[in-house]
Amino acid sequence: MSWKRKDLLGMQDLDAAEIIGVLDTASSMKEIAAREIKKVPTLRGKTVVNLFYESSTRTRTSFEIAGKWLSADVINFSASGSSSDKGESLLDTARNIEAMSPDVVVVRHKAAGAPALLARHLRCGVVNAGDGAHEHPTQALLDLMTIREKKGHLEGLNVTIVGDITHSRVARSDIYGMRKMGITVTVAGPPTLIPAQCQELGVKVSHRLEEAIAHADVIMMLRLQHERMQGGFIPSLREYSRVWGLSLAKLEHCRPDVLIMHPGPVNRGVELAPEVADSPYSVILDQVANGVAVRMAVLYMLAGSKGA
Amino acid sequence: MSSREKAQVLDETGLDRALTRIAHEIVEQAGGGQDIALVGIKTRGVTLAERIGAKIAAIEGTKPSVGALDITLYRDDLGLKAEQPVVRSTEISFPIQGRTVVLVDDVLFTGRTIRAAMDALMDLGRPHIIRLAVLVDRGHRELPIRPDYIGKNLPTSRRETVAVLLREHDGVDRVVIQEE
Amino acid sequence: MNLLIKGGRVVDPAGGTDAVQDVWIADGRIHKVGRGLKAPAGAETVDATGKVVCPGFIDMHVHLREPGFEYKETIASGTRAAAAGGFTAVACMANTFPVNDNRAVTDYILARAKVEGVVRVYPIGAVTRNLEGTQLAELAELAEAGCVAFSDDGKCVMNAELYRRAMEYALPFGVPVISHAEDCDLGHGAMHEGFVSTELGLSGQPAAAEEVMVARDIILAELTGAHLHVAHISTAGSVRLVRDAKARGVRVTAEVTPHHLLLTDEVVRSYDSNCKMAPPLRGKRDVEACLEALVDGTIDCVATDHAPHALSEKEGEFAEAANGIVGLETAVPLLLDRLVRPGVLDLPTLVTRFSTGPARLLNLPGGSLAPGAAADITILDLERTWTVDPAAFRSRGRSTPFAGFTGTGAPWMTLVGGVTVAS
Repeated sequence: MSWKRKDLLGMQDLDAAEIIGVLDTASSMKEIAAREIKKVPTLRGKTVVNLFYESSTRTRTSFEIAGKWLSADVINFSASGSSSDKGESLLDTARNIEAMSPDVVVVRHKAAGAPALLARHLRCGVVNAGDGAHEHPTQALLDLMTIREKKGHLEGLNVTIVGDITHSRVARSDIYGMRKMGITVTVAGPPTLIPAQCQELGVKVSHRLEEAIAHADVIMMLRLQHERMQGGFIPSLREYSRVWGLSLAKLEHCRPDVLIMHPGPVNRGVELAPEVADSPYSVILDQVANGVAVRMAVLYMLAGSKGA
Repeated sequence: MSSREKAQVLDETGLDRALTRIAHEIVEQAGGGQDIALVGIKTRGVTLAERIGAKIAAIEGTKPSVGALDITLYRDDLGLKAEQPVVRSTEISFPIQGRTVVLVDDVLFTGRTIRAAMDALMDLGRPHIIRLAVLVDRGHRELPIRPDYIGKNLPTSRRETVAVLLREHDGVDRVVIQEE
Repeated sequence: MNLLIKGGRVVDPAGGTDAVQDVWIADGRIHKVGRGLKAPAGAETVDATGKVVCPGFIDMHVHLREPGFEYKETIASGTRAAAAGGFTAVACMANTFPVNDNRAVTDYILARAKVEGVVRVYPIGAVTRNLEGTQLAELAELAEAGCVAFSDDGKCVMNAELYRRAMEYALPFGVPVISHAEDCDLGHGAMHEGFVSTELGLSGQPAAAEEVMVARDIILAELTGAHLHVAHISTAGSVRLVRDAKARGVRVTAEVTPHHLLLTDEVVRSYDSNCKMAPPLRGKRDVEACLEALVDGTIDCVATDHAPHALSEKEGEFAEAANGIVGLETAVPLLLDRLVRPGVLDLPTLVTRFSTGPARLLNLPGGSLAPGAAADITILDLERTWTVDPAAFRSRGRSTPFAGFTGTGAPWMTLVGGVTVAS
């Protein structure tokens, strides 16, 4: 196993061998979920701290389950806001936590670069559970695991990511990870939601949904934040869902074996029609199951690794 | 890191005879071929379990249940190494509860692998009895563990290694002693 | 009191001199510049052999933070940093607390500078009350009190009508209006909008955020006949607008910071907030355009936009960190090493950009070594090697993207009115 890192900060840092290592480990660990006694002693005595500055029940719970199934002690720390709220500064909070000797800190923060800042200052391993619009590596890893499970391989597939790419850390992590595994990535959305010089990330850019999903093996739909109407990015939810939402009718022109994925939570009726979310094309629930397996694999590798 | 072969202790025929004898012993102690569950420890233990299972089927006419156990997550030396060992998957498709389970491994040495295997098995259910079949017992136990069925007793020095080569993995069937 | 600076290479673009000469200073003024001068007995001598003797450098964009933000910097610490950096004068911006939008604050700054300052301090008055952009500040009294320019720097005056009125009202006082050109809606963004911001997932502000305001301000300057000075110009588009405007005869001048000449947004990849300032570090083409414009004179001078902050305001998440880095102590060494040594900029032009240019622009005494001028002198040592060590700064601010940088060429001695203030 070639994992020697102290931290998991982003997909950009990983090479294909490391990604495969995580996916293989996660696949091996997946059967623990099916057991009567969902516990292995592997991380017994290790402490995992979930430091979540952005509220997120789903990801946090996923990490919590992953840690507990591995017998680790999981502590949840919900901090409000950022340094500018009259609370403790990020670094001070981290130093305080470190004084309690955790083995891994999982951090989610609205500021891009926050996990990197912590990783520089903390001796223990840091897992990025989402930093602003920058990266969300465990999401990309579980997406890759799900695709590999369903399609049997990754290289040569076509994946189209639809929606607010500009503000999406899931999109970025998926792009970096998928490209390393030989997947061709297309991003699709209105020009206001595609970031500057996006094509230089090595992706195709499309502003027409039908064209972008026609040959896709996988369609990844991103959640649209309601705030986007305020910034002048889209005129209304109604128009967005008509033009960019996925309906069964639009799916008729796609490949019959297409997979529909979504990082969740789904805005039913906005980016996905309810019939699509509940259709056999959707593997959204598999993503959630694989999320726990991937996070178990990541905690296993980080908590045991002595670091580079 | 390179080891040189010191001696061959089992050739293809010897290995096969040992497995045949073990199969007979298992059947005899169980009072018949029905209800036997063999669980091989990854990786070569699984191959041996499959072979023993085939032999039991040939002797008794009934196929025993055969499963594969990966003990990585139960090892007592995690975190002492520079990198985490690779985790493989456990595939046991039959219930453990109340069964007589025979663990199968290629070489019994310190006993720590078997200790981990027993803990892993217990997390899957409560077996009625656990027995242990090994192809080679090379001594130097560090825990109070003893095998029930032994292919060959082989006193070795700590500097030596015992390598079990199997057709399915290594192209040949033989057991050799190597020295660093 | 006589002082003789012997044997240095005197570079005085205003006087057309670039030769080895002696400089004789008497009672704080330049008495004579020539070869083989003999000063009267009792005169002090400075052996400037191998050094470069220039009219004192002037940094026309500095935040001294006093009154109100003394924890970031004071007139005392800021002017000491200036002297160490080879500057004999600084012009300080109005975004203090209270804002320098009335003569009481200007008087305060000048009074403090007289007691605490070691270099000359020229206050810049606000354009609008409290920098709010809704009402004119008392520009006449500010000018009378000694303000050498008007600027809401730190913020952009978004109301075009009000800015037009300000330019008109300021005309009789003969001082420039300095624009911090940054459209406050387009200009949301922690860094420059480009490929780096896309990869990093940080919000970015496009070059257009600066350019729309540079264009607007040039048009208003054309309308009113005012002297517009563009602060910290940073994009290729802004440079082109200024160049075209100058060709048309508009009274526009511009300054650039050392960091916008030497660094691109690539350094932000580390999420190090020592690389965070407004306007942000731009792309390669922008840096190239600024360098070109500095050489050909489209950009009239170099100004550091020295903006000190407390450590706690800079450490932390990139998007939350305060904008601003210090620059007084690194500007001259960096440009000597990175521009003059490789021959991108020759020494007389550097002296023009640091001294003659700012002096002329702000109508200040200085920028020249002519007899009778105040003896504000910057002496450079082109062979002196240095490493940037923020812990050793005289400034209270420690934030710089240049920490650890090394080079050759630095200020050697700084004199104000014939008195050595740094060496």
